[in-house]
This record gives sequence, structure tokens and C-alpha cells, in this order.
Amino acid sequence: MTTATEPMKSKDYKSTVPPTWCPGCGDFGVLNAVLKAFADKTMSIDDTVLVSGIGCSSRFPYFVKTYGMHTAHGRVLPVAAGLKMSRPDLNVIAFGGDGDGFSIGGGHVPHVVRKNTDLTYILMDNSIYGLTKGQVSPTSQVGMVTTTTPYGAPDNPVNPLAFCLTYGATYVAQAYSSKSKQVQELVTGAMEHKGFAFVNIISPCPTFNKINTFDSYKESLEEVPADHDTSDLNAALKIALRAKEGKTPIGLLYKVERPTLVERLTEIRQKAKGDDNFDLNKVIDQYIP
Amino acid sequence: MTKANDLIIRIGGEGGEGIISSGDMITQAAARSGLEVLTFKTFPAEIRGGYAMYQIRFSHEVILSEGSGFNVLCCFNKEALDNNRSQIEKGSVLIYDFPGGDIAEEQNIEGVHCYPVPMSKIAKEELSTYRSKNMVAMGAISELFSIGAIPLRELIQEKFGKKGQEVVEINFKALDAGAKHAREHLKKTDPFQMDEGKPQKDVMIISGNEAIGLGALLAGVKYFSAYPITPATEVAIFLSKHLPKVNGNLVQAEDEIASLANVIGASYGGVKSMTATSGPGLSLMQELIGMSSMMEVPVVIADVQRGGPSTGLPTKHEQSDLFLAALGSHGDASKVVLSPEGVEDCIYLTTEAFNIAEQYQVPVLILSDGSLGFRTSSIKKPDPSKIKRIERLKYEPGANGDKPYERYELTESGISAMSHPGQPGGNYISTGLEHAPSSAPRYSPENRVSMTDKRFGKLDTLEDFVQATEVDDMDGAQVGVIAWGSTIGTAREAVKLARAEGVKVAAIYPKLVWPLPLKALNAFAKKYPKTLVPEVNKQGQLASLLRMKTDMKPISYNIYSGMPFTPKMILEKIKEVSK
Ligand SMILES: Cc1ncc(C[n+]2csc(CCOP(=O)(O)OP(=O)(O)O)c2C)c(N)n1
Ligand code: SF4
Ligand SMILES: [Mg+2]
Repeated sequence: MTTATEPMKSKDYKSTVPPTWCPGCGDFGVLNAVLKAFADKTMSIDDTVLVSGIGCSSRFPYFVKTYGMHTAHGRVLPVAAGLKMSRPDLNVIAFGGDGDGFSIGGGHVPHVVRKNTDLTYILMDNSIYGLTKGQVSPTSQVGMVTTTTPYGAPDNPVNPLAFCLTYGATYVAQAYSSKSKQVQELVTGAMEHKGFAFVNIISPCPTFNKINTFDSYKESLEEVPADHDTSDLNAALKIALRAKEGKTPIGLLYKVERPTLVERLTEIRQKAKGDDNFDLNKVIDQYIP
Repeated sequence: MTKANDLIIRIGGEGGEGIISSGDMITQAAARSGLEVLTFKTFPAEIRGGYAMYQIRFSHEVILSEGSGFNVLCCFNKEALDNNRSQIEKGSVLIYDFPGGDIAEEQNIEGVHCYPVPMSKIAKEELSTYRSKNMVAMGAISELFSIGAIPLRELIQEKFGKKGQEVVEINFKALDAGAKHAREHLKKTDPFQMDEGKPQKDVMIISGNEAIGLGALLAGVKYFSAYPITPATEVAIFLSKHLPKVNGNLVQAEDEIASLANVIGASYGGVKSMTATSGPGLSLMQELIGMSSMMEVPVVIADVQRGGPSTGLPTKHEQSDLFLAALGSHGDASKVVLSPEGVEDCIYLTTEAFNIAEQYQVPVLILSDGSLGFRTSSIKKPDPSKIKRIERLKYEPGANGDKPYERYELTESGISAMSHPGQPGGNYISTGLEHAPSSAPRYSPENRVSMTDKRFGKLDTLEDFVQATEVDDMDGAQVGVIAWGSTIGTAREAVKLARAEGVKVAAIYPKLVWPLPLKALNAFAKKYPKTLVPEVNKQGQLASLLRMKTDMKPISYNIYSGMPFTPKMILEKIKEVSK
């Protein structure tokens, strides 16, 4: 993690672009907590890149002074991965929504996860498509009435935590937008983690989701037990599956160490005796008849 | 016996019978002995079984195309004979597996020199390994036409030495048995005999796909991500071996969308980056091609075309992705498309692609094709120290005084300095949304117009920058040929043949195919109002673009059978339209 030399306050990270979110949107809480985490770690503005997909939540990078990329719907992870592979010196943090990450971009998640790609991925989960004004999302509950499911959503939701755990993520946490302190802690932990770190942040959309509201979460939130062993995959999965009981576990579910993508690529370059000044005649000469 | 200057040998048989590996070997042997070589291969889409063909053209002069037909046909089985029978011309040679193979009868074709060689039988009975059949055939071919006998042995030693001397000996024995059969049992009646060449020092032999990889290395590529697809995979295979040596990274992505996304991320970080694919992958990449155009992130995409649409003809020849490459992606997306004519071009147009991408901060596509990708040919070795490498215009902290950095600053040239993460004061959000010069989203009509004009206007100087259009003038020519991609070599040969027959014909070979090099094309059309565009696609894709962007009324000559043009086909068409 590259850090700045001067002490920083969270407002020092704010760009001049005012957030475009509706009043009361859960994403404000995420922004504030993430900037606090940045300040706490004195993250370098120049060496940090926030990469996002498309959605309300994916506007995140505009509101921050660091470098950033606002890419295409669902492509945040492979863009961020390409950047990290070629510039491992940077802090690369990926942002997006539930549709961006688990519907259109869902095919990328298993691979970025299994490779233990050195990224932090912060997903703002509102169980709805916000930007397109209220369609069913891959984390919406069965039966949910939205603009495209007037008779109720027919599909089972995905479980983002179980999904990432199963594919071998090395850091998996869930937080709740209004619990700022915990968001900050879990995001800090994710940024410090070596390898792929996933933080699913429940971030209600009061404008379009009338089912999963700040009120409803008061009932369903449930802290990860204090004695939970975060290196125990089965225990972590059990907590993740509390969603089936209508519960929303928050806290750190899982954290282990395993070689990362950047480390593996470094090994390959070492095996090949990688050299910036390698003489290409040596390659050409292999093709002399 | 007359010495042949130009000889085409076609070898046909079942995929998996070692046709490709033995063909590669005799090609290399010939190149080692100083001959020019150019190969043409078709294989079935299936791993095993099905008809495979390997054709080699040998010459003492630079070879322009795979040629028209063949002088020698070597059939490993009945299917190969059935497939090619109608193409056997008088005066040519037929070598075939008989007796002992699945060809039931001795062949007597009028005017054709028929040489039965019991390759299967010799392999099974004398060498007790059926797998040496291909080497028996090579031995006979080498003996009959005096091609690379000594280098062939050297190559066997080099290639199989690692597997132990036993394997080498088996192959030597097979080679000798084939040669012996030719010497003792065949009466050579044909006139084909290759003169020994002079071994050349600065020659290499490489395939079109490998040449794209080599071009990328020479240009300074440091990041490559791709998803395997025929006929483009060899680009990735080549780079996976060599890219780590220059401290570059290569990954196999989960799909083509991810591979281009990877490449865009890497290039945003300041690293020269590339992907390679074929039509189906290029279809998947369309959204992100537009994004890189909008973000003005330099990327290079090689598309080794195959027969489409959908899965189409994965292993066959077609040049039908020009519309997609030039006109694809939604919205008004500026991009550049280059198209190499041969293996050497695959090197230099790829370095050029990187230079254009860097200079203009645009996506650049390279349209190769399956037969060029698989073609190996002898070419002059490139000199890495002579390759021009252009780097993108980089933001320099403090260069603008107190003025805040603007990533998309409106400049005279339309090109704006790009900062890379880590540079103080260079912070910006690279975005696919329409944006102000600062990079902040902005949708105002004035801004929209000026930004669109910037992204297109910066390419106004491109035609002079690349100089990839070659004009072959001829006074009094009745017709001007316009060819692109690997059809260029075939057209060159057709033009040469036409002129030898006294037909006056001119030609233009644009290797920058989008945006069209209009200055050169319009000047050409003015001199030669009647133009002929041969291309391997149904719709006449280049001809259509020419009709769209110029006043030309080109005559389209389209074929789309999965095979490339032969020089003779284009020659006949030139004669027909010259009347
Ligand atoms: C290829 C493509 N398909 C569809 C869209 C339209 N679209 C934009 S955002 C979005 C869904 C956003 O939902 P989510 O990712 O959950 O983000 P949120 O707005 O809820 O934060 C969709 C469908 C698009 N931009 N691109
Ligand atoms: S629509 Fe929902 S998610 Fe989007 S900004 Fe408004 S409240 Fe937030
Ligand atoms: Mg959402």
C-alpha cells in the first residue's frame, strides 16, 4: 500500500465534483467511510486508482481526488486487474453495484477471485438497479416487485459472500452503509490485505427499493460472532448462508493468505530470467532455418 | 532436365498423420538450403481426422503468394486424391500411397507423371512404425526434386535428438527408405528439379501469427491478455514464451471481453498492451473498443480473420471482418485498421500499429487472416535496433505552470498529454462518458461536438504518418486493381502475369484500411477510373467502403468458399474487365 507523506483528513480526498446520488442514498455513507479509511491510512492520492463499472454506485471515483477509471457496465474487475498486473506499485480499488458485479460482470468474478488478484473490491449492494430506475437485480429477493417484475421476481438471488468464498477469495467481509466505523475498519483491512479482498456493503436505495430499506435492515442485521474463526472456510460459509434465514451478517467472515496473481506473474518472469534490456535478437535467432 | 525456378508441392492426407510436422520440416530444410519458401495450410476444425493439406512453394525469388494450383501433389490417402483430383493439371506430378494404402488402384492420368510410393507399407513393414509414413514421403519428395536432403537430416537430428538417438534413427531410416524407393523403383519423367540455393545469412522463417508476436515485442509490448481462438492462438503461444523475457506479463483471460478490459487497464497504467483474437472474439470486444476510443487509451488488437459469421469456418480463409473492424462498436468511435499482406508485414505493421496507437491514443486493429496466420515464409531478419518506437505524449508535472492538468485538453493536433497514475498533479478519471477537457462528465452540445471532432480530427494526419499505401502505376492501364490484406500478394502476382502477357494494369495496395487513405485512393481512381477490387468475402466489404467514402464505382470480385484467390483467378478477371 503506497501512502502519502503528509497527514491527511478525509475531506482532503474529496474532489470538487459533488456526488450525484439521491438524498438518503446509502452510497453517501460508503463514500464517507472509505475516505476516512483513506485518511486513516494516509493513502497517496497519486498512487491510488479507483476503478468502477456503471451504475449509481460506480460514480464513486468522480467524487475522489485520486486517479480513477469509470469503465463499462460489468467490466470493472478485468480493467482493474489489467492495471494492477502492469502497475503492481499502485493501490487499485474496484467499486461497483450488485448488477454490475454479479449480473453483467458475474462471469469475471470467479476468475479474479481464484487468481487471488491483488485488488480490493467494494460492492455497494442495494438489491436493485438504481441508475436504470428500479429493475430487479441479482441480489433482489424472490417475489420482489420492480419495474420489470410487476408480478414479482421469479429468480432466486445470488449470495455474494458465499459466491466469493466458494471460488477461493482470501478476504471476505460484509458491512452496512450506516455503520460507518465498521465500514471503515473492514475497508482498511481489505486495503491492507494481500490478494483479493471483497467487501460487500449493504447500501440501501431509498428511491427504488422499498423492500430492503434502512428500516428492514434494522431487523435483519446480525454481527459475525466475536468468537468466529476467520480462517475457517466452513464457518464462514455458514455465516454467509444466514441470508437464507433472512439475516444479514456483517463483519469479517474470512481472511487467509495464499500467493497472489502479481506474485505468480513475478515468478514467471523470474523463471524466464526477465530483463528490461533483453536482446530480441535472441528470439529472432531461434527462427533461423 | 530443366531446372525449376518455382515449384509448388501440395501434400494432402488425414489430419493427425504428421502432414503438418513433416511439411514444416521440409520447408525449413529448403529455407536452410537457401530457397525462398512460402507455405499454405488448411486443416480440419477437428483435432483428429478430416482432410488436412500442406502446400509449399519453393523459389529462388521472393514469393508473393501461395500460387495457382500445384506442380506436385502428394496424397497420403484416398480422400486427399479425391479432393484434389479435379485440380491435377497436365504436366504435373502425382505421388500417392500405393500399394498398401487405401488407394485401391494404380493411377494413370493422361499427361500426369504418376509415381506410386508405398508409404504406409514401407512404414509398417520395413520400419514397423506407421507413424514414420510422413518421413517416407518426405524422403521420396526430397530425392525426386533435390530439395534439402542434407538439411533435412540435420533438422531431424536437432528436432528428435532430445528424444534420444533411437527416435532420430527411425526417422533417418524412414527418410532413406523413401529416397531409396524413389531412386530404385521410380522412373523420373517430370521436369521439376530445384536448383540448390545459396544459404542466406540474414533469413528467418516464421509464421504470420508468430510475426505479429515478434512485431509486438519489437514495438515494446509489455502486457498481453487473450483468450484462445483459432486461428489466432499462436500469437499468444509465441508471446507466452517470450514476453516474460522482456519482463512483460501475459495472461489468459476468462473471455475476450476480459482480455480487452485487461489491456485497457494496463495501457491506462502506461504500459504498451495488446490482445489477439478472431472474429467471434472481436464481436465480443466491440463495447470496449468504443470505450478505449472514448477514453483515448492506446490499445492494439490483432484479429486473425476466419470464415464467419458465428462459428463459421474456423480453420478456413476469409477476409470478412473489415466492416466490423472499421464500423463496429456503437456510436461514432474513431479507430484505425491496418492489414498486412504477408509474414514480413505482420512484423512491421504490428510495430506500426503500436506507433499509431501511441501517437494518436486510439485503438488500432490489425486484420490478418487464417491462411496468413498459419503461413510460414522465409523473410529477412528484422534488426531490433532499427525499429522506430513511438511513445505516447506524456504529461509532465509542472509543464503547464499553474494551469491545472487537463487530460483531454483541446489542442491543435487533437492529441492531449496523458498522465499515468503516480504522477503528481496528473490525477484524472478516465471515462467512457462524454467528458470535458478536464475529464469530468459533460453533456453540453458544444462540448459534445468539440470532443467528437477532437477524437476524429486527430486522425487527419494519419495517412501521411503511416505511409502504408503502395501504388504500382502503369501508363495506359485500362484497369486499376485495389487489394487489401493477404490478397495483396496474390494481386501482385496477377499483375505481374498480366503485364507479361501485355495487359496494361495498375494497382494500389492500401495497408491502412480504416480510415481509408483517401488522398492516395482518389488520386489512383482519377488515373484509373475503372477499378477492380478482389476480396474474399460475400459483400465486397472494401469495395463498399470505397463506394461510401469516394466517388469510385469499383467492380467487385468476391469469392467466399473458404479458400483464398489464386493469381490466375485475379489474372483472368483483370483480362476480362480490361476488354
Ligand atoms: C452493456 C450495458 N447494458 C446495460 C446498461 C444499462 N445499465 C446501466 S447501470 C445498470 C444497472 C445498475 O445497477 P447496479 O450495478 O446494481 O448499480 P446501482 O445503480 O444500483 O448502484 C444498467 C442495467 C449499460 N450501461 N451497459
Ligand atoms: S437511485 Fe438509488 S442507488 Fe441511485 S442514487 Fe438514488 S438512491 Fe442511490
Ligand atoms: Mg444496485
